[in-house]
Amino acid sequence: MKDHKEQEAYQLEVRDVHLSFGGLKALNGVSTGVKRGEIFSIIGPNGAGKTCLLNCINRFYRPEKGRIMFEGRDISRLKVHKIAALGVARTFQNVELFGHMTVLDNIRLGGHVHLKSGSIAGGIYFGKARNEEMAFRRHIEERIIDLLEIEQIRKKTVHTLPYGLQKRVELARALAMKPKILLLDEPATGMNLEETEDMARFILDINEEWGVTIVLIEHDMGVVMDISDRVCVLDFGQKIAEGKPREIRHNEQVIKAYLGEEDLAYSRLGA
Amino acid sequence: MRCGDFKENYIKDEEIFQSLFVKFWLGLFLAFLLIFPFIANPYALYVSNMIGFAVIAAVGLNLLTGFTGQISLGHAAFAGVGGYTAAVLITRFDFSFWLALPCAGVVAALAGLVIGIPSLRVKGLYLCIATLAAQFIFEFIFIHWESITHGVRGINVPPPRIGSFLLNTEKRFYFLTLFMVILAVGYARNLVRTRVGRAFVAIRDRDLAAEIIGINLFRYKLTSFAISSFYAGVAGALWVSFIRIVTPEHFPFHLSIQYLAMVIVGGLGSVLGSVFGAIFMTLVPEILNVLSGALVESFKLSSQVFIPLKEVVFGSLIVVFLIFEPLGLAEIWRRVKAFFLLWPFSY
Ligand SMILES: Nc1ncnc2c1ncn2[C@@H]1O[C@H](COP(=O)(O)OP(=O)(O)OP(=O)(O)O)[C@@H](O)[C@H]1O
Ligand SMILES: [Mg+2]
Repeated sequence: MKDHKEQEAYQLEVRDVHLSFGGLKALNGVSTGVKRGEIFSIIGPNGAGKTCLLNCINRFYRPEKGRIMFEGRDISRLKVHKIAALGVARTFQNVELFGHMTVLDNIRLGGHVHLKSGSIAGGIYFGKARNEEMAFRRHIEERIIDLLEIEQIRKKTVHTLPYGLQKRVELARALAMKPKILLLDEPATGMNLEETEDMARFILDINEEWGVTIVLIEHDMGVVMDISDRVCVLDFGQKIAEGKPREIRHNEQVIKAYLGEEDLAYSRLGA
Repeated sequence: MRCGDFKENYIKDEEIFQSLFVKFWLGLFLAFLLIFPFIANPYALYVSNMIGFAVIAAVGLNLLTGFTGQISLGHAAFAGVGGYTAAVLITRFDFSFWLALPCAGVVAALAGLVIGIPSLRVKGLYLCIATLAAQFIFEFIFIHWESITHGVRGINVPPPRIGSFLLNTEKRFYFLTLFMVILAVGYARNLVRTRVGRAFVAIRDRDLAAEIIGINLFRYKLTSFAISSFYAGVAGALWVSFIRIVTPEHFPFHLSIQYLAMVIVGGLGSVLGSVFGAIFMTLVPEILNVLSGALVESFKLSSQVFIPLKEVVFGSLIVVFLIFEPLGLAEIWRRVKAFFLLWPFSY
């Protein structure tokens, strides 16, 4: 009975996932769940296994044990590109963009799974493909570029842009996938205060206006505590706490995990 | 105002030929291409036809190598598959040329699909070797499947006809070639600005990132192989109908290398570039031919030394050219265009 209820409550669910590299246990039986429409943060010290967890969710890594459910469906055996088609979009800790393309082309690529025209319609262009491209371009201009405030750089080649803007472009590309759930791996790393605030605002906007569920890995505790509905803490591949930001902030175990040094931990957790 | 690239209107922005200026020159160029056969001699028309076949094959190879990033050393073999398919269908099964032409493309595309299968597992040099193997396997088949291909003697192919009108001169064939070139270039140009073409480039640039945005690598690599071989097949079928014979000697490994050179000299990942590359690689040897012939004549030089020298000149030209402009002719063209786009404010 309880099991059934949980399945309903979670849009994305991770059940007892194990992953190891050689002798190193990167994930050691992690179970957690993300509810539809919430902002769910994953925090933890360096090397805790946060990125590995996202990699398991979109199938870069294959967990040795455990299941991953998305909208009631087991996705732990699907191919990477199938996961994208289900509506799981992702950004990376070290930006995975197409460096030699323009910003606009990168964003357009995000629409791959939603556009229909194949080799024949595309080659003929006029008619189906053209209408589709135009409608999509309009969507990009009016919804995405506008939202993320990147009008000025849409024709720039990505690798010429500063890191902070590249992160924004990667977010734009993920949005072009019209995701149901968005996995963000440290979207504000390497940004100054102003850029970080912008990014936090974008995430909130996307969550509220588009109704997209957000899974966020972030080291900036200010951002995490501000915008998250719930927080999950990983340490050495294990979940050590989960709950509302204010509960996490005062959790003994979490404070200990954070470097062991209490002063520093308090300041980093903002407690 | 022709000053830089400031377009608010993105509908306009999506067009290939973005201004009246460009459209005007394009119209003029097309008009020239249509008048050309009436003023040129048969030799010039022969070369033009050969350029046309090269353009079609090179644009096809560029889709695979330049856009999708899969190097192929077997492109000539696919042209051969197309050439033989057309020849066999026309002579044995009484197909009209017009039906045999698309069939040649389709059969070559199927061959390309099969050869493309290893591309999921192997990359770079290893794929190179796999396509090289394909080249030699097909050459072997052309020579030894005597009952179909007539071995080294080859097959005589009748010229295409429209009703009772035979396309049996360079001039008449020229219009068919021109039409096919326009189709081939237009299709490729459109393909690369829509979904499938973008997926190709994504696979070339970063296949990991391509996968996370939902691109099925296997499917698009195979699609690219198929389309590229289709182009080769059509080029091959046109070529054998033009010279009216097909033998294994027409599709050697050497030709595969030449196609690759066209794509590289023209500019990887630029449709227009492969047009330039094909023209360059076909025209320059012909010009050198004429030049060296004339020089030998007028200066009474030893032709034994001088004629082979043109190969050296041609090779050096390519090398020098690639050193100074590794991005190919397409890049030079882009710069020329940029110059005129900003003119007279360009400095
Ligand atoms: N491909 C891999 N091969 C070997 N070990 C790996 C691999 N990927 C991750 N690891 C190891 O797994 C552990 C967890 O890594 P992960 O990247 O998930 O950490 P993280 O929590 O994202 O840390 P950070 O905050 O530094 O990004 C680390 O010890 C890391 O060295
Ligand atoms: Mg990480």
